[in-house]
Amino acid sequence: MAVAGLDLTVGAGECFGLLGPNGAGKTTTIEILEGLTPPDSGDVEILGTPWREGAAGRALRERLGIQLQETQLADKLTVSEVLALFRSFYRRSHTVEEVLALVELDEKRKARVVTLSGGQKQRLAVACALVSKPELLFLDEPTTGLDPHSRRQLWEIIRRFRAAGGTVLLTTHYMEEAERLCDRVAIMDHGKVIALGTPRELIASLGAEHVIEFALSDGVPEDLMDPIRGVGGVTAVRPGTGGGGLSLTVTELHRTLPALLALLQQRRLELSSLTTHHATLDDVFVALTGRQLRDT
Amino acid sequence: MYQLALSRMREFYREPEAVFWVFGFPIVLAFALGLAFRNTGPGKLQVGVVAGPGDSAVAVVLDSSPRLLATVLDTATARLRLRTGRVALLVIPGDPIVYRYDSTRTESGLARLEVDDVLQRERGRKDLVAVRDDRAVAPGSRYIDFLIPGLLGMNLLGSGIWGVGFSVVQARQRKLLKRYMATPMRRSHYLLSFILSRLVFLIVEVVALVGFGWLLFGVAVRGSFATLAGITILGSFSFAGLGLLVASRAKTIEGVSGLMNLVMLPMWILSGTFFSYARFPDAMIPFVKALPLTALNDALRAVMIDGAAVTSLVTPLVIVVAWGAVSFVIALKIFRWR
Repeated sequence: MAVAGLDLTVGAGECFGLLGPNGAGKTTTIEILEGLTPPDSGDVEILGTPWREGAAGRALRERLGIQLQETQLADKLTVSEVLALFRSFYRRSHTVEEVLALVELDEKRKARVVTLSGGQKQRLAVACALVSKPELLFLDEPTTGLDPHSRRQLWEIIRRFRAAGGTVLLTTHYMEEAERLCDRVAIMDHGKVIALGTPRELIASLGAEHVIEFALSDGVPEDLMDPIRGVGGVTAVRPGTGGGGLSLTVTELHRTLPALLALLQQRRLELSSLTTHHATLDDVFVALTGRQLRDT
Repeated sequence: MYQLALSRMREFYREPEAVFWVFGFPIVLAFALGLAFRNTGPGKLQVGVVAGPGDSAVAVVLDSSPRLLATVLDTATARLRLRTGRVALLVIPGDPIVYRYDSTRTESGLARLEVDDVLQRERGRKDLVAVRDDRAVAPGSRYIDFLIPGLLGMNLLGSGIWGVGFSVVQARQRKLLKRYMATPMRRSHYLLSFILSRLVFLIVEVVALVGFGWLLFGVAVRGSFATLAGITILGSFSFAGLGLLVASRAKTIEGVSGLMNLVMLPMWILSGTFFSYARFPDAMIPFVKALPLTALNDALRAVMIDGAAVTSLVTPLVIVVAWGAVSFVIALKIFRWR
């Protein structure tokens, strides 16, 4: 079983993110919501209606835009032919020209799919989802494997869709993406939702805004742990992610860092690395599971 | 559905290999076979005379027959040529004269009769009854006349199964089927779009092959073109249904290729494409006749060669349609959409 005991509500006009490592059950969840995978048990309601076979299901599909993770569109067709094909499935839709403008693929209209770059292919896949003028847009890892520039282009497309009043449900394993795009996120692991809220709330749940990670050249001695917990402003101490070091969540970096360095100096311990950053959803995931989001 | 059929066609004609296999290949095959089996009247039979006393005299006598071409050969060459089929028969001069040949080869048998006849006459044998040859070379009785309808049937089978099978499995493998499922597209439209696009290609295929046969070999269509069109449409629908069935579960191109060969190879051999299925043992004939390609080939030949009317073709056409309809219904039931 990939997913169990999920209870989620996505409001109209919201951008909701399912965040989690590969294999967490994000795709299974979104495909159940899309009506592509029947759930073993439980209820799904999309735009106020449950999934049904036949005409009712098709009527519901008219109102959705879906991008799947692994779809490869027909190589031999041109961009505008692909869009004309997808357009033909819907009663109400954008023209090919309109949707090309939405995803900024105007110049590529005559290009065959096989000649497109990864980012362009992904924008075409999103265009196929947008062509139906959807009320609700499902995106399954829309930016996975894309370069930063293409990723930003896609974010921009999603923002414009939302600005026009659309609702978005997306999955991602990039925390940065979730933080930037989503109003609310559900963090998933092993088929369960382990945290739910706005990115700000989730980060706040750590009880601190900053993270200090450091490692020592000779490893961390056992008897160092208690003095470190005693440094002012430290709210949690965890083993570091790279192995060997420590990761501290702290409320006030400007006070804690000098105190930490003074402690190490006094014990004559040599630092081999030291980094600090604002707490992110990644730190939330680490705090909840003890694992790094990226590595898994 | 029109857009689906249109994209199907675009995907097809932008694949040069596929175009060749569907349109070019049958024509090349017809051309090659037509040349190999062309009717240039009864050809001369090659016979070898083994070197020995009196060899050249025998060779001259044999050469005087319009139907024989004799060559004097030394023993080793003669045996090699007989074994490889380059001469039909060896004559070893002496007393008695020895004919060495393989009695299972038809032309060796003919050569034996002709050689013996020429040699006996030369020694003074007289005909006892007057005879006269009346050669009939009616159009429709040549091998090419037999072959063109068979190739047409084979082509309809091949393009139906390949055309449908590969694109379905490719779409499934690329998760494109699943993507279509996420739209309001009707499933039946997807399947019907294959049949529609097949119909368009069918016209090209039939015109190309029949036109080619007519231009180069004078293979005429003796029945009505409307009947021919009707039969090819039914055949093409039927094979598209069979193609859908073959492709209904397979997840990989390799998997479906195996299934396609499993379906097509036996029919190519059994269904009388290149030679008449009457050569198979009697016990097999009912089974062979129940195959869709056999029924289609029979109907095509009846129209093209015998000029049969559609009313006389009910049985084969029912067989063709039944195969198509049953496969389509089963395919729709068991089709794997994701």
